[in-house]
Amino acid sequence: MPGAVRAGAARGRGVGPVSASPAAAAAAAAPARIAVQRGAGDVLLVRLAGRWNLRAGLPSTQAVEQALAATPAPQALEFDASGLTAWDSSVVAVVSRIQALCQRREVAVRGGALPPGLQRLLALATAVPEKADARAAAAPPFLARVGAAALGAWAGTRASVAFLGEATLSFGRMLRGTAVYRGRDLALVIQDTGAQALPIVTLINFLVGLIIAFVGAVQLQKFGAAIYVADLVAIATVRELACIMTGIIMAGRTGSGFAAQLGTMRVNQEIEALSTMGVPPMDFLVLPRMMALSLMMPLLCVYADLIGMLGGATVAVGMLGQAPMQYWVETRQAIGLGDVALGIGKSVLFGLLVALAGCMRGMTCGRDAAAVGEAATSAVVLGIVWIITLDGIFAVVTNILGI
Amino acid sequence: MAAEREAHVSVRNLTMAFGDFVVMRDLTFAVRRSDIFFIMGGSGCGKSTLFRHLIGLEEPAAGEVWYGDVNFTAAADDVRDALRLRFGITFQGSALWSSMTLAENVGLPLGQFTDLSPAEIREVAALKLALVGLRGFEDHFPSEISGGMQKRAALARAIALDPDILFFDEPSAGLDPISSRLLDDLILSLRDSLGATVVMVSHELPSIFAIADDCIFLDTEVRTMTAHGNPRELRDHPPNANVHRFLTRGSAAGVDGAQP
Repeated sequence: MPGAVRAGAARGRGVGPVSASPAAAAAAAAPARIAVQRGAGDVLLVRLAGRWNLRAGLPSTQAVEQALAATPAPQALEFDASGLTAWDSSVVAVVSRIQALCQRREVAVRGGALPPGLQRLLALATAVPEKADARAAAAPPFLARVGAAALGAWAGTRASVAFLGEATLSFGRMLRGTAVYRGRDLALVIQDTGAQALPIVTLINFLVGLIIAFVGAVQLQKFGAAIYVADLVAIATVRELACIMTGIIMAGRTGSGFAAQLGTMRVNQEIEALSTMGVPPMDFLVLPRMMALSLMMPLLCVYADLIGMLGGATVAVGMLGQAPMQYWVETRQAIGLGDVALGIGKSVLFGLLVALAGCMRGMTCGRDAAAVGEAATSAVVLGIVWIITLDGIFAVVTNILGI
Repeated sequence: MAAEREAHVSVRNLTMAFGDFVVMRDLTFAVRRSDIFFIMGGSGCGKSTLFRHLIGLEEPAAGEVWYGDVNFTAAADDVRDALRLRFGITFQGSALWSSMTLAENVGLPLGQFTDLSPAEIREVAALKLALVGLRGFEDHFPSEISGGMQKRAALARAIALDPDILFFDEPSAGLDPISSRLLDDLILSLRDSLGATVVMVSHELPSIFAIADDCIFLDTEVRTMTAHGNPRELRDHPPNANVHRFLTRGSAAGVDGAQP
């Protein structure tokens, strides 16, 4: 509420001037008050008066606390609600706070003069005793947390390996023709991961090809070797960039989608429904997704190869004034079938990894909205980490083998 | 609190439709202040759609919803928001925010619309949770408690701001008969002590007969309401066969229908 006044005076707070209902606005006229009076026979009389309104805040109970702490200590506390013109749960909150104070000091509370509705609410609030095990235990010590984190990491690794194993078994069932999945689902995932990914794959790879050519041209021109821009672009694109960029695009676009979809299915207990009907979720949900991505990724990669080199050619022809045919001949000399096959082979694995990361995070998702978000995020992170790591291994191995 | 008997919610010639598909037409009824009012009807008849129209989540195809003397349907957004602050709503699922503890769930509207300090917000949130029998569960997350407790926590959140009018969509769906009975008692005692009007969507007959003051029956076949009144009277003197079948769980007319 803009401009709300907080006048924490002992006798109650001011009422916020901005208020939704006329009733709340009128409460400003007679704010909630608590008055304490030491009556005869060591009885503390607490008068509640005015219009009480939760939106305006709770009046301070400091006066009551002081009176309770005074010596000689009062024997009983009595409420007087005759001055109360309107009330809501703010009174209930204050009265229960005073009751708790009295309980601590072993002072009897007489609430008979409170309005009947208020007494009913107080009874309701204390009707169900607190469960002994309700409150969460205190946070464990540092070492215990470190240990738990280490055990969790180990369990997570084991779960990943188990998931990979299950996926492999599922793949075996598919080869034997015993896996249960719907061709329609496979076709839908293929459409989503293939054709519908083309626009972003085009844009990113064209721009990457363009950037490589441009940056390369600036350097190569110094040596009069601008003709080798075609070699640079062709080798970089076909061996590395096309499959890496496409893999990362698919991790962000499709891996997160898989995780979110499967995670939501898990929240809705759809995955349990599948397994209780004897349909392995691994076959029905994970297998089509892994197949679709590992089938579509090489196609996207070939497409990305072409688009990347087209980006390079745009710079070479448009900026460096090379002839298109010259660029084409230079490109053909630079790369062989082995380079193209390496890129395509990697893209199949990248597709598998992205699908694996997405499906694994989705299938092991927690049971609420936040968990679905975490699953999607971690699917993308895991997918990208796996892609880059695998690509690094490939770079070393192909170097040693001289491919 | 004296129970004034003027109309709190008035629905006038309301027609609900999705595109060309008319869900219900010509609904006209009033909910009296401090009544417990049930919207009954078979599955898929549009009870929840009517509920969503009442709280302004759907716009009527025709007709109006009035709160007191304010035309809610025609009101500007700020008037609607101000009115909604006086609503307490629970949805079919518990709709608790899963990333917040119960105390934070109940405390969010308190922090937004009151001048309470954080400590006071926690105190009031704990009180509201105690009212629904969840004392000591302030720091639990919704996923850590049972479905029945989630329903009650949602109720605690709905009553956080001491609303004038409470809307419950199937509050006891999925609860066992005893929890469902306890929830009914809770709603009854909240109404009695806070004086709020309660509008409930339900087809739980025991709840309807136990706590309803007034109700309407939505009939899928004729796409409008075919009965309005106290459910016990409607059961004893059904105005038409569908109402009779509904209130007697499908018994043939005249066999079980006349049970007191």
